[in-house]
Amino acid sequence: MPRRTWLASLLLLAAFVAVWHLLTSSGSGAPSAIDPEYARLAGQSAGAGPTAAIPTPGAVAQRAYELLANAFDRSNPNNLGIAWHLMYSMGRVLLGYVLAVIVAVPMGFALGLVPPLYQILNPFIQVLRPISPLAWMPLALYTFRDSSVSTIFIIFICAIWPMLINTAAGAGSVRHEWLNVSRVFGLGTFEHVTRIVLPASVPMIMTGMRVSIGIAWFVIVAAEMVGAQSGIGYFIWNEWNNLQIASMIVAIVLIGLVGLGLDIGLSWIGQRLSFRE
Amino acid sequence: MGFLSVRGVSMAFPIKGGGSFLAIEDISFDVERNEFVCLIGHSGCGKSTLLNLIAGLMLPTSGDIECQAARIRGPGPDRAMVFQSHALLPWMTCFENVHLGVKQVFGRKLTRAELHDKTKQALQLVHLGHALHHYPCEISGGMKQRVGIARAFATEPRVLLLDEPFGALDALTRAALQDELVRIVDTIRSTVVMVTHDIDEAILLSDRILMMTNGPKARIGEVVQIALPRPRDRIELAENPEYAVYRKRLLEFLYRKQRIEQP
Repeated sequence: MPRRTWLASLLLLAAFVAVWHLLTSSGSGAPSAIDPEYARLAGQSAGAGPTAAIPTPGAVAQRAYELLANAFDRSNPNNLGIAWHLMYSMGRVLLGYVLAVIVAVPMGFALGLVPPLYQILNPFIQVLRPISPLAWMPLALYTFRDSSVSTIFIIFICAIWPMLINTAAGAGSVRHEWLNVSRVFGLGTFEHVTRIVLPASVPMIMTGMRVSIGIAWFVIVAAEMVGAQSGIGYFIWNEWNNLQIASMIVAIVLIGLVGLGLDIGLSWIGQRLSFRE
Repeated sequence: MGFLSVRGVSMAFPIKGGGSFLAIEDISFDVERNEFVCLIGHSGCGKSTLLNLIAGLMLPTSGDIECQAARIRGPGPDRAMVFQSHALLPWMTCFENVHLGVKQVFGRKLTRAELHDKTKQALQLVHLGHALHHYPCEISGGMKQRVGIARAFATEPRVLLLDEPFGALDALTRAALQDELVRIVDTIRSTVVMVTHDIDEAILLSDRILMMTNGPKARIGEVVQIALPRPRDRIELAENPEYAVYRKRLLEFLYRKQRIEQP
Protein backbone atom coordinates (compact mmCIF):
# COMPACT_ATOMS: atom_id res chain seq x y z
CA MET A 1 0.00 0.00 0.00
CA PRO A 2 2.63 2.62 0.90
CA ARG A 3 4.34 1.98 -2.42
CA ARG A 4 1.14 2.74 -4.28
CA THR A 5 0.59 6.10 -2.57
CA TRP A 6 4.16 6.95 -3.38
CA LEU A 7 3.49 6.18 -7.00
CA ALA A 8 0.32 8.28 -6.94
CA SER A 9 2.29 11.24 -5.59
CA LEU A 10 4.74 10.88 -8.43
CA LEU A 11 1.93 10.74 -10.99
CA LEU A 12 0.39 13.86 -9.48
CA LEU A 13 3.71 15.66 -9.85
CA ALA A 14 3.97 14.52 -13.47
CA ALA A 15 0.43 15.74 -14.16
CA PHE A 16 1.22 19.09 -12.57
CA VAL A 17 4.34 19.52 -14.70
CA ALA A 18 2.42 18.49 -17.82
CA VAL A 19 -0.33 21.06 -17.21
CA TRP A 20 2.28 23.66 -16.42
CA HIS A 21 4.03 22.84 -19.69
CA LEU A 22 0.80 23.05 -21.73
CA LEU A 23 -0.14 26.40 -20.21
CA THR A 24 3.25 28.02 -20.69
CA SER A 25 4.47 26.64 -24.03
CA SER A 26 1.47 27.77 -26.14
CA GLY A 27 3.04 31.05 -27.22
CA SER A 28 5.66 30.49 -29.92
CA GLY A 29 9.16 31.71 -29.20
CA ALA A 30 9.77 31.15 -25.52
CA PRO A 31 9.52 34.55 -23.82
CA SER A 32 11.75 33.36 -21.04
CA ALA A 33 14.55 33.31 -23.56
CA ILE A 34 14.69 37.11 -23.38
CA ASP A 35 18.17 38.05 -22.56
CA PRO A 36 18.34 39.46 -19.04
CA GLU A 37 20.78 42.06 -20.24
CA TYR A 38 18.27 43.13 -22.85
CA ALA A 39 15.48 43.14 -20.31
CA ARG A 40 17.43 45.45 -18.08
CA LEU A 41 18.27 47.79 -20.93
CA ALA A 42 14.77 47.81 -22.36
CA GLY A 43 13.33 48.54 -18.92
CA GLN A 44 9.61 49.30 -19.14
CA SER A 45 8.95 47.72 -22.52
CA ALA A 46 10.62 44.44 -21.59
CA GLY A 47 8.73 44.48 -18.30
CA ALA A 48 5.49 44.68 -20.24
CA GLY A 49 6.57 41.93 -22.63
CA PRO A 50 7.14 39.00 -20.28
CA THR A 51 4.10 39.57 -18.06
CA ALA A 52 2.60 36.40 -19.47
CA ALA A 53 5.98 34.78 -19.43
CA ILE A 54 5.89 32.14 -16.75
CA PRO A 55 8.72 29.94 -17.98
CA THR A 56 8.14 26.37 -19.10
CA PRO A 57 9.19 23.48 -16.87
CA GLY A 58 11.98 22.80 -19.32
CA ALA A 59 13.30 26.34 -18.98
CA VAL A 60 13.15 26.11 -15.22
CA ALA A 61 14.98 22.78 -15.30
CA GLN A 62 17.59 24.29 -17.56
CA ARG A 63 18.00 27.23 -15.17
CA ALA A 64 18.12 24.87 -12.19
CA TYR A 65 20.92 22.98 -13.85
CA GLU A 66 22.86 26.20 -14.49
CA LEU A 67 22.32 27.46 -10.96
CA LEU A 68 23.28 24.17 -9.36
CA ALA A 69 26.28 23.68 -11.63
CA ASN A 70 27.61 27.03 -10.42
CA ALA A 71 26.16 26.68 -6.93
CA PHE A 72 29.49 27.12 -5.18
CA ASP A 73 30.83 29.77 -7.51
CA ARG A 74 32.14 32.79 -5.67
CA SER A 75 34.43 34.24 -8.35
CA ASN A 76 32.15 37.28 -8.66
CA PRO A 77 31.21 38.65 -5.23
CA ASN A 78 28.18 40.37 -6.77
CA ASN A 79 26.92 37.13 -8.24
CA LEU A 80 27.39 34.42 -5.64
CA GLY A 81 26.38 30.82 -6.32
CA ILE A 82 23.00 29.80 -4.97
CA ALA A 83 24.53 27.39 -2.44
CA TRP A 84 26.30 30.33 -0.80
CA HIS A 85 23.03 32.20 -0.52
CA LEU A 86 21.40 29.17 1.05
CA MET A 87 24.31 28.84 3.47
CA TYR A 88 24.09 32.49 4.46
CA SER A 89 20.39 32.00 5.16
CA MET A 90 20.94 28.78 7.10
CA GLY A 91 23.78 30.35 9.05
CA ARG A 92 21.53 33.22 10.15
CA VAL A 93 18.71 30.84 10.97
CA LEU A 94 21.05 28.61 12.94
CA LEU A 95 22.52 31.49 14.94
CA GLY A 96 19.17 33.06 15.79
CA TYR A 97 17.66 29.67 16.49
CA VAL A 98 20.44 28.48 18.81
CA LEU A 99 20.24 31.76 20.72
CA ALA A 100 16.48 31.25 21.02
CA VAL A 101 16.98 27.67 22.31
CA ILE A 102 19.52 28.88 24.88
CA VAL A 103 17.02 31.43 26.19
CA ALA A 104 13.70 29.63 25.68
CA VAL A 105 14.41 26.18 27.12
CA PRO A 106 15.76 27.20 30.55
CA MET A 107 13.22 30.00 30.79
CA GLY A 108 10.38 27.68 29.78
CA PHE A 109 11.53 25.31 32.49
CA ALA A 110 11.42 28.04 35.09
CA LEU A 111 7.95 29.09 33.94
CA GLY A 112 6.68 25.51 33.98
CA LEU A 113 8.08 24.74 37.42
CA VAL A 114 7.04 28.00 39.07
CA PRO A 115 3.42 28.72 38.02
CA PRO A 116 3.29 32.20 39.63
CA LEU A 117 6.26 33.22 37.48
CA TYR A 118 4.32 32.08 34.42
CA GLN A 119 1.33 34.12 35.48
CA ILE A 120 3.49 37.21 35.97
CA LEU A 121 5.17 36.93 32.56
CA ASN A 122 2.21 35.58 30.62
CA PRO A 123 0.73 38.98 29.63
CA PHE A 124 4.06 40.00 28.11
CA ILE A 125 4.40 36.71 26.27
CA GLN A 126 0.88 36.96 24.91
CA VAL A 127 1.45 40.50 23.63
CA LEU A 128 4.89 39.84 22.11
CA ARG A 129 4.04 36.49 20.54
CA PRO A 130 1.57 37.63 17.83
CA ILE A 131 3.82 40.44 16.55
CA SER A 132 4.92 39.72 13.01
CA PRO A 133 8.70 39.29 13.14
CA LEU A 134 9.04 41.71 10.25
CA ALA A 135 7.48 44.46 12.33
CA TRP A 136 10.71 44.40 14.34
CA MET A 137 12.87 44.83 11.25
CA PRO A 138 13.08 48.64 11.02
CA LEU A 139 13.62 48.91 14.76
CA ALA A 140 16.27 46.19 14.60
CA LEU A 141 18.04 47.89 11.69
CA TYR A 142 17.97 51.18 13.55
CA THR A 143 19.24 49.62 16.76
CA PHE A 144 21.90 47.22 15.48
CA ARG A 145 22.92 49.21 12.36
CA ASP A 146 23.72 45.91 10.68
CA SER A 147 21.46 43.94 8.39
CA SER A 148 22.93 40.55 9.31
CA VAL A 149 22.59 41.10 13.05
CA SER A 150 19.07 42.39 12.44
CA THR A 151 17.99 39.28 10.55
CA ILE A 152 19.50 37.08 13.28
CA PHE A 153 17.54 39.06 15.84
CA ILE A 154 14.35 38.61 13.80
CA ILE A 155 14.91 34.84 13.72
CA PHE A 156 15.58 34.83 17.45
CA ILE A 157 12.43 36.76 18.26
CA CYS A 158 10.18 34.58 16.10
CA ALA A 159 11.72 31.24 17.11
CA ILE A 160 11.61 31.84 20.84
CA TRP A 161 7.83 31.70 21.47
CA PRO A 162 6.84 28.19 20.42
CA MET A 163 9.82 26.75 22.31
CA LEU A 164 9.17 28.83 25.40
CA ILE A 165 5.48 27.97 25.56
CA ASN A 166 5.96 24.28 24.77
CA THR A 167 8.77 23.85 27.28
CA ALA A 168 6.72 25.56 29.96
CA ALA A 169 3.72 23.36 29.15
CA GLY A 170 5.89 20.23 29.17
CA ALA A 171 7.60 21.03 32.47
CA GLY A 172 4.31 22.06 34.04
CA SER A 173 2.33 18.99 33.05
CA VAL A 174 4.54 16.07 34.07
CA ARG A 175 2.32 13.07 34.80
CA HIS A 176 1.13 12.88 38.36
CA GLU A 177 2.34 9.32 38.87
CA TRP A 178 5.89 10.31 37.94
CA LEU A 179 5.81 13.26 40.30
CA ASN A 180 4.60 10.89 43.02
CA VAL A 181 7.52 8.55 42.34
CA SER A 182 9.84 11.50 42.78
CA ARG A 183 8.15 12.48 46.04
CA VAL A 184 7.96 8.96 47.51
CA PHE A 185 11.67 8.38 46.93
CA GLY A 186 12.50 11.85 48.18
CA LEU A 187 14.41 13.17 45.18
CA GLY A 188 16.14 16.51 45.69
CA THR A 189 15.37 19.48 43.46
CA PHE A 190 18.33 18.89 41.14
CA GLU A 191 17.60 15.18 40.71
CA HIS A 192 13.90 15.92 40.36
CA VAL A 193 14.48 18.38 37.53
CA THR A 194 17.20 16.48 35.67
CA ARG A 195 15.91 12.93 36.04
CA ILE A 196 12.12 13.39 36.08
CA VAL A 197 10.96 16.74 34.69
CA LEU A 198 13.52 17.15 31.89
CA PRO A 199 13.13 13.69 30.33
CA ALA A 200 9.36 13.88 30.76
CA SER A 201 9.20 17.19 28.86
CA VAL A 202 11.54 16.24 26.01
CA PRO A 203 8.70 15.36 23.60
CA MET A 204 7.03 18.74 24.21
CA ILE A 205 10.35 20.61 23.93
CA MET A 206 11.12 18.86 20.65
CA THR A 207 7.67 19.73 19.28
CA GLY A 208 8.32 23.38 20.14
CA MET A 209 11.74 23.21 18.49
CA ARG A 210 10.20 21.74 15.34
CA VAL A 211 7.54 24.43 15.13
CA SER A 212 10.22 27.07 15.71
CA ILE A 213 12.59 25.92 13.01
CA GLY A 214 9.69 25.94 10.56
CA ILE A 215 8.80 29.51 11.47
CA ALA A 216 12.44 30.59 11.41
CA TRP A 217 12.94 29.24 7.91
CA PHE A 218 9.68 30.91 6.89
CA VAL A 219 10.76 34.26 8.21
CA ILE A 220 14.35 34.31 7.00
CA VAL A 221 13.26 34.67 3.36
CA ALA A 222 11.12 37.69 4.10
CA ALA A 223 13.71 39.22 6.40
CA GLU A 224 16.42 38.92 3.78
CA MET A 225 14.19 40.50 1.15
CA VAL A 226 13.87 43.57 3.34
CA GLY A 227 17.32 44.01 4.70
CA ALA A 228 20.15 41.84 3.47
CA GLN A 229 22.77 41.71 0.74
CA SER A 230 22.97 37.94 0.69
CA GLY A 231 20.88 34.92 1.46
CA ILE A 232 18.14 33.11 -0.41
CA GLY A 233 15.55 35.82 0.28
CA TYR A 234 17.88 38.44 -1.15
CA PHE A 235 18.53 36.11 -4.10
CA ILE A 236 14.83 35.85 -4.95
CA TRP A 237 14.33 39.58 -4.67
CA ASN A 238 17.37 40.24 -6.81
CA GLU A 239 16.24 37.79 -9.48
CA TRP A 240 12.83 39.43 -9.42
CA ASN A 241 14.47 42.77 -10.08
CA ASN A 242 16.27 41.10 -13.00
CA LEU A 243 13.01 39.45 -14.11
CA GLN A 244 14.64 36.05 -13.88
CA ILE A 245 11.41 34.19 -13.20
CA ALA A 246 13.00 30.77 -13.74
CA SER A 247 15.64 31.49 -11.09
CA MET A 248 12.94 32.56 -8.67
CA ILE A 249 11.06 29.30 -9.18
CA VAL A 250 14.23 27.28 -8.66
CA ALA A 251 14.91 29.20 -5.45
CA ILE A 252 11.34 28.69 -4.24
CA VAL A 253 11.62 24.93 -4.74
CA LEU A 254 14.99 24.90 -2.97
CA ILE A 255 13.51 26.79 0.00
CA GLY A 256 10.82 24.12 0.26
CA LEU A 257 13.35 21.30 0.09
CA VAL A 258 15.65 22.84 2.70
CA GLY A 259 12.66 23.46 4.99
CA LEU A 260 11.63 19.84 4.61
CA GLY A 261 15.18 18.74 5.38
CA LEU A 262 15.30 20.85 8.55
CA ASP A 263 11.99 19.40 9.73
CA ILE A 264 13.00 15.81 9.02
CA GLY A 265 16.31 16.38 10.81
CA LEU A 266 14.69 17.78 13.94
CA SER A 267 11.99 15.14 13.92
CA TRP A 268 14.71 12.46 13.78
CA ILE A 269 16.60 14.06 16.66
CA GLY A 270 13.31 14.31 18.58
CA GLN A 271 12.62 10.62 18.16
CA ARG A 272 16.10 9.74 19.31
CA LEU A 273 15.81 11.88 22.44
CA SER A 274 12.20 11.15 23.39
CA PHE A 275 11.20 8.21 25.53
CA ARG A 276 8.99 5.46 24.16
CA GLU A 277 6.02 3.93 25.92
CA MET B 1 0.64 1.77 69.93
CA GLY B 2 1.29 -0.20 66.77
CA PHE B 3 4.20 -0.02 64.39
CA LEU B 4 2.05 2.09 62.12
CA SER B 5 -0.72 3.94 63.84
CA VAL B 6 -3.67 5.73 62.24
CA ARG B 7 -5.53 7.92 64.77
CA GLY B 8 -8.89 9.57 64.04
CA VAL B 9 -8.01 10.43 60.48
CA SER B 10 -10.46 12.37 58.32
CA MET B 11 -9.88 13.70 54.84
CA ALA B 12 -11.99 16.33 53.13
CA PHE B 13 -11.48 17.53 49.57
CA PRO B 14 -12.62 20.98 48.50
CA ILE B 15 -15.35 20.96 45.87
CA LYS B 16 -15.43 23.33 42.93
CA GLY B 17 -17.76 26.17 43.81
CA GLY B 18 -17.38 25.91 47.57
CA GLY B 19 -17.99 23.30 50.21
CA SER B 20 -16.06 20.12 50.66
CA PHE B 21 -16.34 16.38 50.20
CA LEU B 22 -15.57 14.30 53.28
CA ALA B 23 -14.03 11.17 51.77
CA ILE B 24 -13.08 9.35 54.98
CA GLU B 25 -14.08 10.15 58.51
CA ASP B 26 -12.48 9.36 61.85
CA ILE B 27 -10.57 6.24 60.85
CA SER B 28 -8.32 4.59 63.43
CA PHE B 29 -6.32 1.38 63.26
CA ASP B 30 -2.89 -0.01 64.07
CA VAL B 31 -0.61 -2.17 62.00
CA GLU B 32 1.90 -4.37 63.81
CA ARG B 33 5.47 -4.93 62.69
CA ASN B 34 5.65 -7.52 59.88
CA GLU B 35 1.90 -7.61 59.61
CA PHE B 36 0.18 -7.80 56.21
CA VAL B 37 -2.99 -5.70 56.24
CA CYS B 38 -5.44 -5.34 53.37
CA LEU B 39 -7.89 -2.48 52.93
CA ILE B 40 -10.88 -3.70 50.94
CA GLY B 41 -13.95 -1.85 49.77
CA HIS B 42 -15.92 -0.78 46.73
CA SER B 43 -14.25 1.59 44.32
CA GLY B 44 -14.57 5.19 45.42
CA CYS B 45 -14.74 4.29 49.10
CA GLY B 46 -11.56 6.19 49.89
CA LYS B 47 -9.19 3.27 50.38
CA SER B 48 -6.64 4.76 48.01
CA THR B 49 -7.03 8.09 49.79
CA LEU B 50 -6.16 6.37 53.04
CA LEU B 51 -3.09 4.76 51.46
CA ASN B 52 -1.97 8.11 50.01
CA LEU B 53 -2.31 9.61 53.49
CA ILE B 54 -0.07 6.89 54.95
CA ALA B 55 2.39 7.51 52.10
CA GLY B 56 2.34 11.19 53.02
CA LEU B 57 1.40 12.26 49.50
CA MET B 58 -1.48 14.14 51.16
CA LEU B 59 -1.93 15.33 54.71
CA PRO B 60 -5.14 14.52 56.59
CA THR B 61 -7.66 17.26 57.39
CA SER B 62 -7.70 16.01 60.96
CA GLY B 63 -6.13 13.17 62.88
CA ASP B 64 -2.63 11.76 63.02
CA ILE B 65 -0.66 9.04 61.30
CA GLU B 66 2.49 7.81 62.99
CA CYS B 67 5.11 5.38 61.80
CA GLN B 68 7.31 4.07 64.64
CA ALA B 69 5.95 6.86 66.80
CA ALA B 70 7.09 9.54 64.35
CA ARG B 71 4.36 11.69 62.84
CA ILE B 72 4.10 11.50 59.07
CA ARG B 73 4.52 14.95 57.56
CA GLY B 74 5.19 14.04 53.95
CA PRO B 75 6.30 11.30 51.62
CA GLY B 76 9.49 9.40 52.28
CA PRO B 77 11.28 6.26 51.19
CA ASP B 78 10.60 4.61 54.58
CA ARG B 79 7.08 4.10 53.17
CA ALA B 80 7.71 2.90 49.62
CA MET B 81 4.75 2.61 47.33
CA VAL B 82 3.79 0.30 44.50
CA PHE B 83 1.41 2.16 42.21
CA GLN B 84 -1.49 0.62 40.35
CA SER B 85 -0.26 2.03 37.05
CA HIS B 86 3.27 0.73 37.78
CA ALA B 87 4.51 4.33 37.32
CA LEU B 88 7.86 3.30 35.90
CA LEU B 89 9.84 6.08 34.28
CA PRO B 90 9.84 5.18 30.57
CA TRP B 91 13.17 6.90 29.86
CA MET B 92 15.03 4.67 32.28
CA THR B 93 15.85 0.98 32.00
CA CYS B 94 14.47 -1.43 34.62
CA PHE B 95 17.82 -1.23 36.37
CA GLU B 96 17.85 2.58 36.37
CA ASN B 97 14.28 2.72 37.65
CA VAL B 98 15.20 0.66 40.69
CA HIS B 99 18.60 2.30 41.05
CA LEU B 100 17.00 5.76 41.30
CA GLY B 101 15.37 4.91 44.64
CA VAL B 102 18.29 2.82 45.92
CA LYS B 103 20.75 5.63 45.29
CA GLN B 104 18.46 8.14 46.94
CA VAL B 105 18.20 6.08 50.12
CA PHE B 106 21.63 4.43 50.41
CA GLY B 107 23.70 6.85 48.30
CA ARG B 108 25.59 8.22 51.31
CA LYS B 109 26.19 4.90 53.05
CA LEU B 110 27.15 2.54 50.26
CA THR B 111 29.74 2.52 47.49
CA ARG B 112 28.79 2.59 43.83
CA ALA B 113 29.39 -1.13 43.50
CA GLU B 114 27.23 -1.87 46.53
CA LEU B 115 24.39 0.27 45.16
CA HIS B 116 24.73 -1.56 41.89
CA ASP B 117 24.57 -4.96 43.63
CA LYS B 118 21.59 -3.98 45.73
CA THR B 119 19.67 -2.88 42.67
CA LYS B 120 20.55 -6.07 40.84
CA GLN B 121 19.54 -8.23 43.81
CA ALA B 122 16.14 -6.56 44.01
CA LEU B 123 15.48 -7.26 40.35
CA GLN B 124 16.74 -10.81 40.68
CA LEU B 125 14.34 -11.37 43.56
CA VAL B 126 11.43 -10.63 41.21
CA HIS B 127 13.06 -12.86 38.56
CA LEU B 128 14.04 -10.03 36.26
CA GLY B 129 17.80 -10.58 36.35
CA HIS B 130 17.66 -11.10 32.60
CA ALA B 131 15.84 -7.83 31.85
CA LEU B 132 18.03 -5.33 33.70
CA HIS B 133 18.76 -3.21 30.67
CA HIS B 134 15.38 -3.36 29.01
CA TYR B 135 13.20 -0.27 28.87
CA PRO B 136 9.65 -0.46 30.30
CA CYS B 137 8.18 -0.30 26.78
CA GLU B 138 10.01 -3.50 25.92
CA ILE B 139 8.54 -5.71 28.67
CA SER B 140 5.07 -7.04 29.51
CA GLY B 141 2.59 -5.53 31.96
CA GLY B 142 3.33 -8.18 34.57
CA MET B 143 7.07 -7.58 34.28
CA LYS B 144 6.56 -3.85 34.63
CA GLN B 145 4.68 -4.35 37.87
CA ARG B 146 7.48 -6.63 39.10
CA VAL B 147 9.92 -3.78 38.50
CA GLY B 148 7.54 -1.53 40.44
CA ILE B 149 7.59 -3.99 43.33
CA ALA B 150 11.36 -4.36 43.17
CA ARG B 151 11.77 -0.58 43.17
CA ALA B 152 9.62 -0.33 46.30
CA PHE B 153 11.26 -2.99 48.45
CA ALA B 154 14.82 -2.33 47.21
CA THR B 155 14.88 0.75 49.44
CA GLU B 156 14.16 -1.49 52.46
CA PRO B 157 11.14 0.51 53.57
CA ARG B 158 9.64 0.16 57.02
CA VAL B 159 6.24 -0.12 55.42
CA LEU B 160 5.44 -1.31 51.92
CA LEU B 161 2.33 0.34 50.50
CA LEU B 162 0.57 -1.38 47.62
CA ASP B 163 -2.22 0.44 45.76
CA GLU B 164 -4.14 -2.23 43.82
CA PRO B 165 -0.86 -3.35 42.34
CA PHE B 166 -2.33 -6.20 40.33
CA GLY B 167 -5.54 -4.45 39.28
CA ALA B 168 -4.44 -3.88 35.70
CA LEU B 169 -3.20 -7.44 35.10
CA ASP B 170 -4.90 -10.54 33.71
CA ALA B 171 -5.90 -13.31 36.15
CA LEU B 172 -2.98 -15.67 35.46
CA THR B 173 -0.32 -12.99 35.68
CA ARG B 174 -1.99 -11.69 38.81
CA ALA B 175 -1.86 -15.10 40.49
CA ALA B 176 1.82 -15.50 39.62
CA LEU B 177 2.62 -12.07 41.03
CA GLN B 178 0.60 -12.67 44.20
CA ASP B 179 2.65 -15.80 44.87
CA GLU B 180 5.81 -13.84 44.25
CA LEU B 181 4.71 -11.09 46.60
CA VAL B 182 4.10 -13.65 49.36
CA ARG B 183 7.58 -15.07 48.82
CA ILE B 184 9.20 -11.61 48.82
CA VAL B 185 7.36 -10.44 51.91
CA ASP B 186 8.44 -13.65 53.70
CA THR B 187 12.04 -13.06 52.58
CA ILE B 188 12.36 -9.44 53.63
CA ARG B 189 9.96 -9.61 56.60
CA SER B 190 8.25 -6.38 55.64
CA THR B 191 5.20 -4.63 57.04
CA VAL B 192 2.62 -4.25 54.28
CA VAL B 193 -0.54 -2.22 53.77
CA MET B 194 -2.32 -3.13 50.57
CA VAL B 195 -5.41 -1.73 48.89
CA THR B 196 -7.49 -4.14 46.84
CA HIS B 197 -11.03 -4.91 45.79
CA ASP B 198 -10.26 -8.58 45.14
CA ILE B 199 -11.59 -10.80 47.95
CA ASP B 200 -9.45 -13.85 47.13
CA GLU B 201 -6.34 -11.75 46.89
CA ALA B 202 -7.06 -10.21 50.27
CA ILE B 203 -7.56 -13.58 52.00
CA LEU B 204 -4.56 -15.19 50.35
CA LEU B 205 -2.17 -12.43 51.35
CA SER B 206 -3.46 -10.86 54.57
CA ASP B 207 -3.03 -11.37 58.27
CA ARG B 208 -5.89 -8.95 58.76
CA ILE B 209 -8.48 -7.40 56.47
CA LEU B 210 -10.03 -4.00 57.13
CA MET B 211 -13.36 -3.67 55.34
CA MET B 212 -14.33 -0.11 54.48
CA THR B 213 -17.86 1.20 54.20
CA ASN B 214 -18.92 3.11 51.11
CA GLY B 215 -18.02 6.78 50.88
CA PRO B 216 -18.57 9.59 51.48
CA LYS B 217 -17.59 9.59 55.14
CA ALA B 218 -16.13 6.11 54.74
CA ARG B 219 -15.15 4.26 57.91
CA ILE B 220 -13.78 0.88 58.73
CA GLY B 221 -16.88 -1.30 58.94
CA GLU B 222 -15.48 -4.65 60.00
CA VAL B 223 -12.11 -6.22 60.71
CA VAL B 224 -11.32 -9.86 59.98
CA GLN B 225 -8.28 -11.64 61.35
CA ILE B 226 -7.20 -14.27 58.83
CA ALA B 227 -5.89 -17.20 60.89
CA LEU B 228 -4.98 -19.43 57.95
CA PRO B 229 -1.55 -21.02 58.39
CA ARG B 230 1.34 -19.86 56.22
CA PRO B 231 2.70 -20.59 53.71
CA ARG B 232 -0.65 -20.53 51.97
CA ASP B 233 -1.27 -22.37 48.79
CA ARG B 234 -4.06 -21.11 46.55
CA ILE B 235 -5.01 -24.62 45.43
CA GLU B 236 -5.23 -26.07 48.95
CA LEU B 237 -7.13 -22.99 50.10
CA ALA B 238 -9.82 -23.70 47.53
CA GLU B 239 -10.86 -26.72 49.58
CA ASN B 240 -10.24 -25.22 53.01
CA PRO B 241 -13.54 -24.80 54.94
CA GLU B 242 -12.15 -21.88 56.96
CA TYR B 243 -11.31 -20.12 53.70
CA ALA B 244 -14.92 -20.46 52.63
CA VAL B 245 -16.05 -18.90 55.91
CA TYR B 246 -13.76 -15.89 55.46
CA ARG B 247 -14.85 -15.56 51.88
CA LYS B 248 -18.53 -15.62 52.85
CA ARG B 249 -17.97 -12.98 55.49
CA LEU B 250 -16.27 -10.65 53.05
CA LEU B 251 -18.90 -11.25 50.39
CA GLU B 252 -21.65 -10.55 52.89
CA PHE B 253 -20.07 -7.30 53.93
CA LEU B 254 -19.38 -6.08 50.40
CA TYR B 255 -22.52 -7.26 48.65
CA ARG B 256 -25.18 -7.23 51.37
CA LYS B 257 -24.27 -4.61 53.95
CA GLN B 258 -22.35 -2.31 51.62
CA ARG B 259 -24.18 -3.09 48.43
CA ILE B 260 -23.98 -0.36 45.83
CA GLU B 261 -27.56 0.64 45.06
CA GLN B 262 -28.32 0.61 41.37
CA PRO B 263 -30.57 3.56 40.51
